[in-house]
Amino acid sequence: MSKQHVSTTVNGDPVEFLADPGMTLLDALRDELDLTGSKEGCGSGDCGACSVILDGRLVCSCLVLAPEAEGRRVETIEGLAHGSRLHPLQQKFLEHAALQCGFCTPGLLMASKALLDVNPDPTETEVRYWLAGNLCRCTGYDKIVRAVMDAAAELRQERV
Amino acid sequence: MSQLDYLAPATPEEAVKALGAAGARPMAGGTDLLVQLRAGRARPDVIVDLKRIAGAIGIREEAGAFVIGAATPGAMLGEHAALVKAWPGVVEAANLIGSTQVQGRATLAGNLCNASPAADSVPAMIAARAVCVVVGPAGRREVPVEAICTAPGKTSLSPGEFVLEIKLPPRPARASDAYLRLIPRTEMDIAVAGAGVNLALDAQGVITEAHVGLGAVAPTALLVPEAGQALVGSKLDEAALARLDAAARAACRPISDKRGTAEYRTKIAGVLARRAAAIAYQRAGGAA
Repeated sequence: MSKQHVSTTVNGDPVEFLADPGMTLLDALRDELDLTGSKEGCGSGDCGACSVILDGRLVCSCLVLAPEAEGRRVETIEGLAHGSRLHPLQQKFLEHAALQCGFCTPGLLMASKALLDVNPDPTETEVRYWLAGNLCRCTGYDKIVRAVMDAAAELRQERV
Repeated sequence: MSQLDYLAPATPEEAVKALGAAGARPMAGGTDLLVQLRAGRARPDVIVDLKRIAGAIGIREEAGAFVIGAATPGAMLGEHAALVKAWPGVVEAANLIGSTQVQGRATLAGNLCNASPAADSVPAMIAARAVCVVVGPAGRREVPVEAICTAPGKTSLSPGEFVLEIKLPPRPARASDAYLRLIPRTEMDIAVAGAGVNLALDAQGVITEAHVGLGAVAPTALLVPEAGQALVGSKLDEAALARLDAAARAACRPISDKRGTAEYRTKIAGVLARRAAAIAYQRAGGAA
């Protein structure tokens, strides 16, 4: 079948691309739009490295077909910082050394952002359950959880 | 993969037409289908995405019943306060499936039509006496949830048919439900066994209606009328719970595999039914 024309919004910018009907949103982001921050770990929705926010909801972009993005809003890791100013989550991940190899980090940051968007004051348990779909083989998670808790506290301060 | 086509119809009628093509498969959330596609276990020629059908993503109340569109993700169920209040067991079963990311996509209709014997939401929907609105070339029909799956990976749906929505019946006062499953960890695993229990009580706390669904203990999730009957007329005393346990175990026809032996699954099904019944009873307002 012929390629499908897809018009969508990525990080606030309107974009268009051509996709094979079976192409995943992850492959479209990486290969058609050159947004290589989202990673492919498992390709089956288990690892969370490809996490993006689609119409306000956290999803694995490997489990979304690219044509599904037509008319939707996609947020990826590339939209998290404001220019050269890091998002508080990114800053806290650095301060807490919440990453080593970094492969899982874009997914964890997007998942954490999705959490703090709906729950600005999560408990540690809530953070751990929310992030259960993001696998990290380096850190043992503890530093990640601390970074998210710290970033949440800072974001709450900013809101006051 | 290069042969694949993708269609996103806007109406049920267009979807039926699209599904009439050879090799067409409906897609709700896609969390099973896209994994099967990638693994080569599903080789559809056309994917018919149900998400753009008006009403497919959403929950509406109709004369006390909740009607849940086929593409409604689990996360949306958990966010719907009235649904959670009326059907906490169905919602907790759906919300057990996968991670936050999976909850952003996975649906009740997809969990049902994927036809895994261990699907978490299915025993809870069976206990809830949920009904599927099935649409196809011959029109529209209503099918009880327990009549959809016929074997692992197989459904009773005819070619061209799909589940458009799932209806949870109106709730009387003093009624509630619960779902429990056993997995060897706390999150994101496939049930060794699962049990959904749905109860209605009278003003004295006597059970007037009881339905029990079991998962992962037979080729399909089971409705176990004998297990429900075991509770009717009781206040969930130990004798009633023992009858429930025995009836649940008697209905089990499990396999032994890496998740558990047939003997273990059978025993656990009885235990989970007891515990789910206790939670449903308390939620319905019965004294614990």
